[in-house]
Amino acid sequence: MTKPLYSEKGDHLESTAPVRVSRYRGYTRANHWVTALSLIVLLLSGLALFHPSLYFLTGLFGGGQNTRWLHPFVGILLFFSFFVLFAQLWKLNLPRPEDRTWVSQIGDVMKGNEERLPELGKYNAGQKGVFWGMSILILVLIGSGVMIWEQYFPDLVSIPVRRWAVLVHSLAAVAIILVFIMHVYAAIWTRGTISAMTRGSVTGGWAFRHHRKWLREVAGREGRDPAE
Amino acid sequence: MTMDPNLDSPRTAVSNPPIQPMKANLGVGDVVRASAMPDLPKPERQLTPVAKLIDVSKCIGCKACQSACAEWNDTVPEIEHNVGMFENPHDLTPDMFTLMRFSEFDNPQTGEFEWLIRKDGCMHCEDPGCLKACPAPGAIVQYSNGIVDFIHENCIGCGYCVTGCPFNVPRVSKTDHKSYKCTLCSDRVAVGQGPACAKACPTQAIVFGAKEDMIEHANMRVADLKSRGYENAGIYDPEGVGGTHVFYVLHHADQPELYSGLPANPQISPVVRGWKGVTKTIGLAVIGAAAVGSVLHGLFARANRVSAEEEREAEHLVETTVPVKGEEAS
Repeated sequence: MTKPLYSEKGDHLESTAPVRVSRYRGYTRANHWVTALSLIVLLLSGLALFHPSLYFLTGLFGGGQNTRWLHPFVGILLFFSFFVLFAQLWKLNLPRPEDRTWVSQIGDVMKGNEERLPELGKYNAGQKGVFWGMSILILVLIGSGVMIWEQYFPDLVSIPVRRWAVLVHSLAAVAIILVFIMHVYAAIWTRGTISAMTRGSVTGGWAFRHHRKWLREVAGREGRDPAE
Repeated sequence: MTMDPNLDSPRTAVSNPPIQPMKANLGVGDVVRASAMPDLPKPERQLTPVAKLIDVSKCIGCKACQSACAEWNDTVPEIEHNVGMFENPHDLTPDMFTLMRFSEFDNPQTGEFEWLIRKDGCMHCEDPGCLKACPAPGAIVQYSNGIVDFIHENCIGCGYCVTGCPFNVPRVSKTDHKSYKCTLCSDRVAVGQGPACAKACPTQAIVFGAKEDMIEHANMRVADLKSRGYENAGIYDPEGVGGTHVFYVLHHADQPELYSGLPANPQISPVVRGWKGVTKTIGLAVIGAAAVGSVLHGLFARANRVSAEEEREAEHLVETTVPVKGEEAS
């Protein structure tokens, strides 16, 4: 059997009339939602300590002391949860030649003229950008976050380094919130996407419109038994 | 001698507190700045700025100030091991708000050995880095007499004050997760008493009063030191933090680093300013704009929908692509 280029081994047709394609197994979906929930908790608790006008958000976690205590632990949870997700997704997020064309025709992407865009595998360049953006920012955030974790690592770095760490942490946090907004927005704007992370599957039309190479590959190996 | 109850703050630490009942000051109406509270109402009145002057040249290193501090603040610094030096405990801690730091200096000009002893602790900056960095509303306040105080019920223990302080003073407790430092005995000053350390100092190396008076006193001390050969004697009241309400007379004011690393030009780090200034303001604005923009675009712009035609094409693609079971696919 040839190695899949544009799909995961587990991606398969759930039905043919109408076509439904399985995109994420339950395990990956659970992994995604643990990561998402951690990110939302981190975002709310982090913003509470970022700007005085948002300090009231500490009320969600039972006050400032609890927020200060909780935030880094959820950060650790997110780091490991995302790491497991990363291990599953990184291969198909590697750049491919068609990504360049996709980016150069970003105007057509925004207008929804997808017939003018190249056929794509499981992810387009935007999704890959979100993936790698999240990966790098999470690394930066966990690194700088440990350096400013007063409760357990008060003496890990010198105070001048700590000042840089807190600045980098807040800049990376702003960046990851922007990536997060883009991720959620794209999932909602591109109708039919969210079912990939809820039911685990998408309609054939969705796959045909947005990720045709992926659909071809998944359909192409359907019914074929590895033993044959 | 007792203090005049009509004064808004004690003019010396030596006198006894007023005998007549005196209204405590340093309340909410005396706060000029509070952490994470940019829209603080103006204080009701302006108190006389106070200061504690530490004349290093008069210090004998007896640590009466440390004892008085621990006693008044009811802290119990941990008993540590003797590692062959006089500093004890090894550093400022959440239970030791002031510390005699001992440094040995071979003066190359005179060939003399000098023992430089500096009482370390909060400097009560006019422009406090801790207050700037603190994210918890009202956890750090500055009174109109210049005292910078931690209000522990509002402290969340994040350690940002440690990051902000140019003098490495605040210490976060491992037991209650709140930050501690010298209060300049705000609870004594509020009722007409000078700080405990100044009261206890046997040589009056530590004196307390109106900042103006203290500067006058310091100038006299500097003139005296100069007349006795300390030509570089001077006042350490660093401008980079707007001056401080705890300040020093040093015999080597040209080299403050000699005194266990007292910084020559302390100021709030530009990194901290960048974090608490531009990053905080612009960052929140960008996030807000992105959030509002995407909601508006989502409501009013055309969504990216899959057409029925595309669903049919998908079925066609699947029909023509799926290999028949048992046949070799191309």
